[in-house]
Amino acid sequence: MDFVVITLLNSVAYGLLLFMLSSGLTLIFSMMGVLNFAHASFYMLGAYFAYQISTWSGFWLGLLLAPLLVGGVGMLVEWHGLRHVRRFGHVAELLFTFGLAIVFEELVPLIWGKASVPYAVPAQLEGALFSLHGAAFPIYKGFMMAMSLGMLAALYGVLTRTRIGLIIQASLTKPDMVEALGHNVPRITMLLFGGGTALAGLAGVIGGNAFVTEPSMAASVGFIVFVIVVVGGLGSLGGAFLASLLIGALQTFSVTLDVTLQQVLTLIGLSLPADTNLARVSLVQLGPVLPYLLMVAILILRPRGLMGVRES
Amino acid sequence: MTAPSSLPRQVLIWAAIFVIACVLPSLFRSGFLVSVLSQIAIMAVFALSYNMLLGQTGLLSFGHAVYYGLGAFATIHLLNGLGKSATPLLVALLPLGGGAAGLVAGLILGRMTTKKAGTTFAMISLGIAELMFATTPIFPSVFGGDGGFAGNRMAGKGSFLGLTWGPQIEIYWLVLFWAFVSAGLMFALTQTPLGRVANAVRDNPERAEFIGYDTRQVRYRMLVLSGLFAGIAGGLSALNYEIVTVDMLNAHTSGSVLLMTYTGGIGHFFGPVLGAAMITLMQTLVGGLTHAWLLYFGLFFLFMVAFAPGGMASVLSRQSALVKAGLWRCLLPHYALAAAPAALACLGAVGLIEMAYALLAGHDAASFMGTSIRLHTLLPWLGAASVLIGGIAGLKWVIGGMSDAWHQALSQLQGGKP
Repeated sequence: MDFVVITLLNSVAYGLLLFMLSSGLTLIFSMMGVLNFAHASFYMLGAYFAYQISTWSGFWLGLLLAPLLVGGVGMLVEWHGLRHVRRFGHVAELLFTFGLAIVFEELVPLIWGKASVPYAVPAQLEGALFSLHGAAFPIYKGFMMAMSLGMLAALYGVLTRTRIGLIIQASLTKPDMVEALGHNVPRITMLLFGGGTALAGLAGVIGGNAFVTEPSMAASVGFIVFVIVVVGGLGSLGGAFLASLLIGALQTFSVTLDVTLQQVLTLIGLSLPADTNLARVSLVQLGPVLPYLLMVAILILRPRGLMGVRES
Repeated sequence: MTAPSSLPRQVLIWAAIFVIACVLPSLFRSGFLVSVLSQIAIMAVFALSYNMLLGQTGLLSFGHAVYYGLGAFATIHLLNGLGKSATPLLVALLPLGGGAAGLVAGLILGRMTTKKAGTTFAMISLGIAELMFATTPIFPSVFGGDGGFAGNRMAGKGSFLGLTWGPQIEIYWLVLFWAFVSAGLMFALTQTPLGRVANAVRDNPERAEFIGYDTRQVRYRMLVLSGLFAGIAGGLSALNYEIVTVDMLNAHTSGSVLLMTYTGGIGHFFGPVLGAAMITLMQTLVGGLTHAWLLYFGLFFLFMVAFAPGGMASVLSRQSALVKAGLWRCLLPHYALAAAPAALACLGAVGLIEMAYALLAGHDAASFMGTSIRLHTLLPWLGAASVLIGGIAGLKWVIGGMSDAWHQALSQLQGGKP
């Protein structure tokens, strides 16, 4: 039972981190109608910037500055790149972000090397927050959860309670009308892109040292974030939240449970031919497959996703 | 997309490609050239099959490698299954087995993917491709685990028309034969009602549906046929390399066929061929010179998306139209003027990237035009950066005049046509 509680907490921490990534992606998608393929690259940039700053002046300054820097890079990308590609249509925009992801993935090892960098959890946050019969829950995971929830609350507050948030919400649905009312919609788009990438950067700052900061970290999380926004429903923040927790739980539990496929199927009264490879497949092996399986199933059964409104 | 070019010009391009493909290996008897040409021919078929989706039906797929990889695995399994009874004639027909695998995969997977176009299609194709790739370690008997499967195309005895498929040049002729057959069929498809309706579904699905076409059915059929040709390409690669690994169906392969097709040009039938040739050459030539080729390629791709969304084919056809109209003379001085700062900017960027790579590899010094550059001093970095900035500034300075002249020439060109 304790094991389940700890794993559940771990999966919530991971799920909230995923939500920080997918919320930015969702906001950018709602505004521009384009999935940002380079989104996970900004997550990686966040981790590397934070590492670099932490070597000079410690973790806390990195926590503050790295997301802002990443947001700045994001705004530059929107301002000097995406904005000009927009006239060629959505496919060109999407491919532009696809190309960006390649460039970032090559540039980062050029600057910081191909191996992982020693970006560590700060000493104040090391150790266990509490332990249940020997199973410990690290402080840092708790810190991650607190940061994510704080961000989530701030995001909600900005979007619903402030003037700029209302203008953003209006421009998501009726950009022409907002423009006619005298607001600078291209600038709002740029700010939103910067905000979304800054969120990804923040996820990188707190995720980079919880996991590993290496050049392949963008690729490893990138597809998962896509799965989340598609499963949750493109453009739906609530859906992205639900799907983030779901995928987080799916991935955490499949890694920690030592069960074979045969044992799972026996629970629901099915059995596989005994001495085939399939019967020996363990849930750990199936782990990487599950999110994609969920995504394909959702797209076939409910193409607009869990909480999506529109279909494409 | 651009209008289809007139028929005589198409014939001319086919003939030119045929002559180049046949004459080059006979002219230079180099094994390296032949193997590069084989790879280009394989990739050209793969890219053409991809363009049936992206260019002709408007379906952006991130999982086309699935059909390519399955075709390759089917072919290698057939080859190994035949063993000693794999006569050269049977081996020559094996790519059809790969095509059949691609077709069947398309028939099954297409049911799920082609329900919707647009972002949904892109995402579901990505999801299915990732799903396939993630499942491969579970079935080592089919996908051979990390090592993949090796085969021997000369396992059987005898010869076919004097060919044993031993030397690379013989397999090149086989690849070329299938490449031309596939390309011919794909071209013929663009002229059929299905090919035309696919264009309509790409441009205006609502209207196509309103006229009475089942858009989903059209997308499905195009995807199945595209899977067939991708499978043939996979089969050819299995015969060419005699080894098939799971890397052939990963996201990287799907990405590179997308990049090839797009940089070549999705609006022209031969665009993907051009893209396949260009990128394969870049990969082998630049890849041999520097480790940074993927970075250069990414930057080149960004440049293409931002400035030439029609790809190389549309750039070439624009220029040839301008030359034909005699307008190129007014543009030439502008091109010449822009060439110098563009070259400077490239030089600066390449210098910075190469120095960084040399540093990353642990070298203290690099040589450039005979002189040794010390990498731990500031001067070479400042020099390269200032060359880059100077080049960009120069480009900014001349680009206004060039764009004016360009638009003037373009409007003259369009005004000149009745």
